[in-house]
Amino acid sequence: MTAREEVLGRIRAANAAAGHPPPPDVPRDYHRTGSHPAGAPELLALLRDRLVDYKATVLDAAADGVAEAVQIALTEVTGPVVVPPGLPAGWWPDGLAATRVTDDGLSPADLDATAAVLTGCAAACAVTGTIALDGSPDQGRRAITLVPDVHVCVVRAEQVVETVPESSPRWIRRARSRSSADRRPRATSSWSGWRACTARAR
Amino acid sequence: MRIALFLTCLGDAVQPEVGRATVTLLERLGHEVVFPADQTCCGQMHVNTGYQREAVPLVRHHVETFEPYDVIVAPSGSCVGCVRHQHAMVARGAHDDRLAERADAVAARTYELSELLVDVLGVEDVGAYYPHRVTYHPTCHSLRMLRVGDKPLRLLRHVRGMTLVELPEADQCCGFGGTFALKNADTSTAMLADKMRNVLSTGAEVAAAGDASCLMHIGGGLSRLRSGTRTIHLAEILAST
Amino acid sequence: MTTFLGVPAPRGVGHLRGEHSFPDAARGALADSQLRRNLGHATHTIRGKRASVVGELDDWEQLRLAGSALKAATMARLDEHLERLEREVTARGGTVHWARDANEANAIVTRLVQETGETEVVKVKSMATQEIGLNEALETAGIEAHETDLAELIVQLGGDLPSHILVPAIHRNRAEIREIFLREMPGVDPELTAEPRRLAMAARAHLRERFLRAKVAISGANFAVADTGTLLVVESEGNGRMCLTLPETLITVMGIEKVVPTWQDLEVFLQLLPRSSTGERMNPYTSAWTGVTPGDGPQTFHLVLLDNGRTAALADELGRSALHCIKCSACLNVCPVYERTGGHAYGSVYPGPIGAVLSPQLTGVEDNASLPYASTLCGACFDACPVRIDIPSLLVKLRARHVDEQRARTVPSAEAIAMAAASWVMSSPARFAAAEKVSRAGRLLGRRTGGIAALPPPLSAWTASRDAPRPPAETFREWWARERGGAS
Ligand code: SF4
Repeated sequence: MTAREEVLGRIRAANAAAGHPPPPDVPRDYHRTGSHPAGAPELLALLRDRLVDYKATVLDAAADGVAEAVQIALTEVTGPVVVPPGLPAGWWPDGLAATRVTDDGLSPADLDATAAVLTGCAAACAVTGTIALDGSPDQGRRAITLVPDVHVCVVRAEQVVETVPESSPRWIRRARSRSSADRRPRATSSWSGWRACTARAR
Repeated sequence: MRIALFLTCLGDAVQPEVGRATVTLLERLGHEVVFPADQTCCGQMHVNTGYQREAVPLVRHHVETFEPYDVIVAPSGSCVGCVRHQHAMVARGAHDDRLAERADAVAARTYELSELLVDVLGVEDVGAYYPHRVTYHPTCHSLRMLRVGDKPLRLLRHVRGMTLVELPEADQCCGFGGTFALKNADTSTAMLADKMRNVLSTGAEVAAAGDASCLMHIGGGLSRLRSGTRTIHLAEILAST
Repeated sequence: MTTFLGVPAPRGVGHLRGEHSFPDAARGALADSQLRRNLGHATHTIRGKRASVVGELDDWEQLRLAGSALKAATMARLDEHLERLEREVTARGGTVHWARDANEANAIVTRLVQETGETEVVKVKSMATQEIGLNEALETAGIEAHETDLAELIVQLGGDLPSHILVPAIHRNRAEIREIFLREMPGVDPELTAEPRRLAMAARAHLRERFLRAKVAISGANFAVADTGTLLVVESEGNGRMCLTLPETLITVMGIEKVVPTWQDLEVFLQLLPRSSTGERMNPYTSAWTGVTPGDGPQTFHLVLLDNGRTAALADELGRSALHCIKCSACLNVCPVYERTGGHAYGSVYPGPIGAVLSPQLTGVEDNASLPYASTLCGACFDACPVRIDIPSLLVKLRARHVDEQRARTVPSAEAIAMAAASWVMSSPARFAAAEKVSRAGRLLGRRTGGIAALPPPLSAWTASRDAPRPPAETFREWWARERGGAS
């Protein structure tokens, strides 16, 4: 008998020995939504609070002012800045002195030589202060957001939801086909100094 | 109201003053107390030490003894906990479903003293007078098995002449745990040491609780240290005038 | 029909059994004043953090009920969920392996590493690989495993064993960690101070280079979503995601109970777990991956599904709920016994209240016979448990199983005789009253102080540190008979 057959057989025998306990109905009467719609000013304020609490720097930007905010966020960065291949047009600040390196499968050692990374995100959860990345073209491969010391992440206002149940479906979309990493800016990590730019839509 | 007193084996043999105080208190409040003379022990020590089979006759005996009464009180959180949460389980473990049903029915009519006073009799001020500095240890089973909450404290706050001092880290176990105190005597003693440190930090003359077993443990430690602080059961304070 | 009793985790491999009984192991720990202080400080801090973030949610109890029901529902169809998980992982380019026990899992992982030609691996903190003793197995095969979780690294460098599920080096303080680093970390700054930030930076410098060159990583998993084939690891430091992302090959070892049926179930567990474990609203880093993503992350992914006694635990109607554990360690942090003895006294990688039920269930009670008694049944663990595992009831049940197994022996123990005698006495009022009279002989003792200072064994364990009460002159029933004429 293969290990697979044996383990599955043991599970069936165990469930039989325990008297085939029926699967109970799962009560889902916890809050599945918050009290504000995605992108509400209250949520942006809450997210900002949480991120600042985690020692991230938060800058506000109008939809057409992302590049300007990114420029400010990257002021002190002197080395190369890696960006995903699908970085939206208009996010890269033209006046930036730093070299732009578009990721084309850089090795860990190559990434180690970059100073910062600029990406978008899949969603942000205000209550927990979490930003989720799912590997979409504006975020790129997971590795590029891990190695550089500074991560500038553009969060669109409409991507900000209140609760965990509202946020998790937003990063499943690509989990089926791509990998995703859900991460949070961290103060204690000298590897990932975060600059989050929340861009207001329109 | 006619109330049957379940004193518990420890209460009967070691701390009879707790039973006497319970009788005094309830009679003073105008109730009739009866003491079913056949009662012995709820079997908690057997169940919690793994001797469930040996606990079956004790459960049966307890059920038979108390079945005729409508309201049963025990001045012990852990014994009420055993009656409420373990008797039916022991009966079911012995495949005696009929006994389990009867045990559940008796359990539904069994109350810990502060539950009886506050929930059933609806009193918080029992007219007691106790001119001492007192701190209160809520005991694990009253707190987490029975969820009596702040009922004992509500009763104590009405006692005249008494200074009630809050016990730091009150919800922490004193380290008794039945045979735990013997099988894991060192760990038990370490827990007791912290409980005593907290009790003594309050400067109370008296440490009160609603459970004879925890009182025996904490009191045994305080006495060994010749600490000058003694223990007393909640019922004794409430019975004082 | 014969009853399936399950196959326990094998002896001689892994870390589920201690050398000493709990009371003996605890004695040494209790005497270690540094350890007591470290533990007291750490458990109290985390308790406070947990209480405050749990208090923020007004639907905490509903989340607990949902979590508990989800786990029970998963166990009821565990075979189907695992088969689904296997299908989805395979469809997305992963390879699934099944391991009956620790030996088989170790052999699979060793072979997979050897097939890559590498002799070094980086590891993400994982309970399952600690449980099976994977590092030792790899070492025997000439493969060096580098722990990358800070606390796990401290334990590894210190030649130590983990003592907590989440904070394996909880028994160490900063000064001790500094000493370990100075002694064991090549090239560490000799000026290193015990400041937490400096210590973390030293560890990072030590690890960073490892991450960048590692070709193979080994991890555990917190959750595996059956309907998408997604694996999740939650962590605090971000070192795990480096291991999960940068190497070419990823091998994940996961207990079969970690599967959850659907993605939606994560919305419950990702709220319960971080708040219960580290007292945070969300853990700093959560990594999720589904099979292999071309061009992104490891291009070879192996998932090893581990039984190692879990099906034996599943066979027990009540005990199976121990498998609901999401390893948050809240029960350890609130346990008054754990707080004083620390984790090593439990002899298993799973310490504290859940360890006291899970370890004997995985190994069979006889191999961890003292653990079910290592609790006062105070109930703090149940209140803290995010999936509402009734640990006190499970402990009582395991004690009963242990006693029943002992009954099968020809010679009953002194305790068994005493319990049987007490049962016989106490099931009869007449015998009980007679016994009370006999015990009154105790009044001869302790006449001076009102308490008894020394009793013969086994009660000497009591009087070693507490006076025993002197039996009263008159029992209650005698008083009642005198006062009320025995009427009832
Ligand atoms: S038993 Fe409950 S509280 Fe303890 S580690 Fe497991 S999930 Fe957490």
